[in-house]
Amino acid sequence: MNHWIIAPVVLPAVLAPLIIMVMRFHLDLQRIFSIAGTVALVIISLVLMSQAAGGTIHVYELGDWPAPFGIVLVLDRLSALMCLLTAVLALVVLLHAVGSGWDERGWHFHALFQFQLMGVMGAFLTGDAFNLFVFFEVLLIASYGLMIHSGGPVRLRAGLQYVIYNLLGSTLFLFALGTLYAVTGTLNMADLAVRVAELPDDQSALLRVGAVLLLLVFCVKAAVLPLHFWLPSAYSNAPAPVAALFAIMTKVGAYSIIRMYTLVFGPDLAVTDGLIGTWLMPAAILTLAVGCIGVLGSRRIGRLAAFAAIGSMGTLLIAISAFTAEAMGAAIYYMVHSTLAAAMLFLVADLVIERRGNDHIACDFRLPQNGLIASLYFTAAIAMAGMPPLSGFLGKLLVLDATRDAAMWVWIWAGILIMSLVMIVGLARAGSTLFWKPFDPSLSAPQENGEDSAAAPALPFVATGSLLAGLVALTVLAGPSMRFADATAAQLFDPQNYISAVLKEGTE
Amino acid sequence: MIELELLFASAVGVLTAAGIYLVLQQRTFPVILGLSFLSYAVNVFLFASGRLVQNEPPILTKYAESYTDPLPQALVLTAIVISFGMTAVVVMIALSAWLSARDDRVDMENEDPPAEEDSDAEAQS
Repeated sequence: MNHWIIAPVVLPAVLAPLIIMVMRFHLDLQRIFSIAGTVALVIISLVLMSQAAGGTIHVYELGDWPAPFGIVLVLDRLSALMCLLTAVLALVVLLHAVGSGWDERGWHFHALFQFQLMGVMGAFLTGDAFNLFVFFEVLLIASYGLMIHSGGPVRLRAGLQYVIYNLLGSTLFLFALGTLYAVTGTLNMADLAVRVAELPDDQSALLRVGAVLLLLVFCVKAAVLPLHFWLPSAYSNAPAPVAALFAIMTKVGAYSIIRMYTLVFGPDLAVTDGLIGTWLMPAAILTLAVGCIGVLGSRRIGRLAAFAAIGSMGTLLIAISAFTAEAMGAAIYYMVHSTLAAAMLFLVADLVIERRGNDHIACDFRLPQNGLIASLYFTAAIAMAGMPPLSGFLGKLLVLDATRDAAMWVWIWAGILIMSLVMIVGLARAGSTLFWKPFDPSLSAPQENGEDSAAAPALPFVATGSLLAGLVALTVLAGPSMRFADATAAQLFDPQNYISAVLKEGTE
Repeated sequence: MIELELLFASAVGVLTAAGIYLVLQQRTFPVILGLSFLSYAVNVFLFASGRLVQNEPPILTKYAESYTDPLPQALVLTAIVISFGMTAVVVMIALSAWLSARDDRVDMENEDPPAEEDSDAEAQS
């Protein structure tokens, strides 16, 4: 059996306890092992990508138990893509955390970081709904620790809210899983797909309840209105590299919606008919609106980045709710873009906050390395707002194109275009306040003149720059990326391949 | 005589209602109690998803004629262990938040204040 599939889960799972037990007091060793481990994760993800890109679906049976009795890990194009995206993002964020010194401001950053990666990788690779819950919990509990890293009363209270909100989400997840199990008798995703399709009509009400509860849970994770209220406070008060890593966490919610709703509750299923089109689509449009208006209204750069993340989730979910293969291809392209852009915005926000001392969007002294940070902010803002020439523009164009035949296309187009303008205004206002206005000679001269003449650490700039390079690569290689995204979407909308690969027709 | 299903359903309902009421309180300790009530409710619910039967064991024995579904019971064990860990984490975070801020409110104060009347700028690092 192909053991590469479990490697992204096992490697961080082994590395994290090793870091805690052996290198507890040696930060340099922790850094070395953590970075080496994350580089290894990138390599493993590239191997997985090469295996999955051809279109074959690889199944890994844990303990050699056949599905649906045992838990399976499934590698298809979407899982491989998300694993690669996570590994690359994790490496970049780790470099920023090490370079800016965030990892020494509290205890156990690297161990928690590796546990978080274990949870995210497991969530992307699993083929069992309860196993998805378990990996959700692993990634959540690690994120609680990362969220309150380096402490402080505001961060701790924001962390407490984040934890409580997510515990409620986990409880709801269990209710949903209990309902689904009670109706179908299985929790393996492929087996669920088979049993849901042949369910008698008198049980369909309970199944619809389970499907709705599951959608709600994933919407909590993906920060869809009205379940988005946890995100601004949590992401703006988290340590900045942690907030950048959290950019992939909302994508775990989006991935789960895609996985469950293409595989199990497919577009032709009568039981869940209308859930995505009638309910998720308007919610996604409103999420986009809330995100962009929030960008315009934020007084703090952390909250600005958080609302921008909400806005990009709105656009992503608009593409997902259109529920056609073309729209799903656009959604996958946009998902990659939105992760890189949101992470870059959070890292740039950290560069500003570190030098300014607070996170207010207000006129103050000129930052050291002002030009470099300003250009990084400029490109991050262009990417986030969806302006040419970066991949945000291409992504939004693809989403608009894919939804031109959708039922609510007037609202979708109006929403995306108007809210893009709102976001552009918000980002431009923040940028000019932070970077241009300090050139006014009437403002006070920079403080701490002796300290900032020492060389600022270069690694955070390298990290932010590599995210920019990723966005540029996504733009330049948009053709191959879109072909891959379309192939992924085609594979998603043909669930029979997945089901027969997992259940090995006839040998249940 | 009370039906088993009625007893179970009302237990889940009452526990969930109590849990949600407590979770909406403004101080951390009732919230944590509310989360515990909700986890009791969801564990009972998960247990019931394997159908309510009497005198049927979940694991193989010599003396049983039929068996109940063991999988929900395994799911409940997993869920109990996970929520035990989570409760420990949330208690620790609530305790740290109280020790830091000398206040056990759940609500964030003024999240987005204007720059002039800032009260917690130094909490950023």
